[in-house]
Amino acid sequence: MIAGSLFSSERQSFLSSKPLHSKSPLSLSTLIVLGSGGHTAEMLNLLYVLQKERFKPRYYIAAATDNMSLQKAHVFEDSLLGKETLEEVGGAEFMQIYRSREVGQSYITSVGTTLVAIAHALRLMIKIRPQVILCNGPGTCIPLCAIAFLFKVLGIKWSSIFYVESIARVKKLSLSGLLLYKLHMADQLFVQWPQLKEKYPRTHYVGRLM
Amino acid sequence: MGEKGGTMKDKRVVFVTVGTTCFDALVRAVDTPEVKNELFKKGYTNIMIQMGRGSYIPTKSAVENESAVLEYFTFSSSIADYLKEASLVISHAGSGSIFETLRLGKPLIVVVNEDLMDNHQSELAEELAERKHLLCARPQTLYETIAYMDTRSLVPYEPGDAEPVAKLISRYLGFPDD
Repeated sequence: MIAGSLFSSERQSFLSSKPLHSKSPLSLSTLIVLGSGGHTAEMLNLLYVLQKERFKPRYYIAAATDNMSLQKAHVFEDSLLGKETLEEVGGAEFMQIYRSREVGQSYITSVGTTLVAIAHALRLMIKIRPQVILCNGPGTCIPLCAIAFLFKVLGIKWSSIFYVESIARVKKLSLSGLLLYKLHMADQLFVQWPQLKEKYPRTHYVGRLM
Repeated sequence: MGEKGGTMKDKRVVFVTVGTTCFDALVRAVDTPEVKNELFKKGYTNIMIQMGRGSYIPTKSAVENESAVLEYFTFSSSIADYLKEASLVISHAGSGSIFETLRLGKPLIVVVNEDLMDNHQSELAEELAERKHLLCARPQTLYETIAYMDTRSLVPYEPGDAEPVAKLISRYLGFPDD
């Protein structure tokens, strides 16, 4: 398939146009939800070692209030092209999403903003239809994961959800992590401290990303 | 001994960083005569404060020691350069700042912001302090932490490895191990 090369002109776009999915079973379209600051740094560390030819094309989503994370993802994707061809590593797209809760926002007002975020997330998910979702908090990923889970339950689309709890969580899961864990929404949930694995036995602990 | 780097000899910079947060309590604590005197007593010569979104402006003229210098700025795209130049880092508890500093092998005091709503950040700092990778303080105890610190007792942090996580994800999706 030549799907990979058709993708090249779309690297810069923030709004996705319909991409041609590769039919090859050797690669899976991947949605990467970037948190901010430390969250993004952790996610990039994971992306460095993932085999890009298996996880392509890649769609990056970050909160609309977070300008840095998509920039960092851009830099990361550009660095890949320095080493391998676009056909090998696959294309990338960058998008923004409304955030369900800002740091410091009260839990009560976050109900309203979460509804708006869910509507926006639904639109993005229908466009992207990812086969794999990678996320590591904070709340930005919850609407996307909830929709993916709903799609899964309804038999519309099967995407595998992988959640890596932030390294900052040592004693208990974050609200996002706890939701995914309790509702069995994530296919695999990784923690970065052994204490957490003991407390939440269905999680995986295989070391730290940072 | 073993203090290397720095173009000017004998220049030992303390870099204070609050990241993108507002953490006036930390800037104010560093700006107290007790903390400044203690830092200069320990042989540090310069204090550079990255104050982020805070509104407290530190006093530029520093204590009795006239060679001592205190400077500040709000944000910079080259925090990494300041970290590299520093002999001691005093940071907020954000994981980004913490691991960037530990990776550079710099002595680190993490000051926990007690005003944050969901204060899970102290978890990470306390865990890493227990493992002796850094020192953990509160704004009001920063002075004591500096007074009693011995940077030689800190244990270097072994950076993590994302490979096992990547491997499990790939395996789950049916990709062969290689």
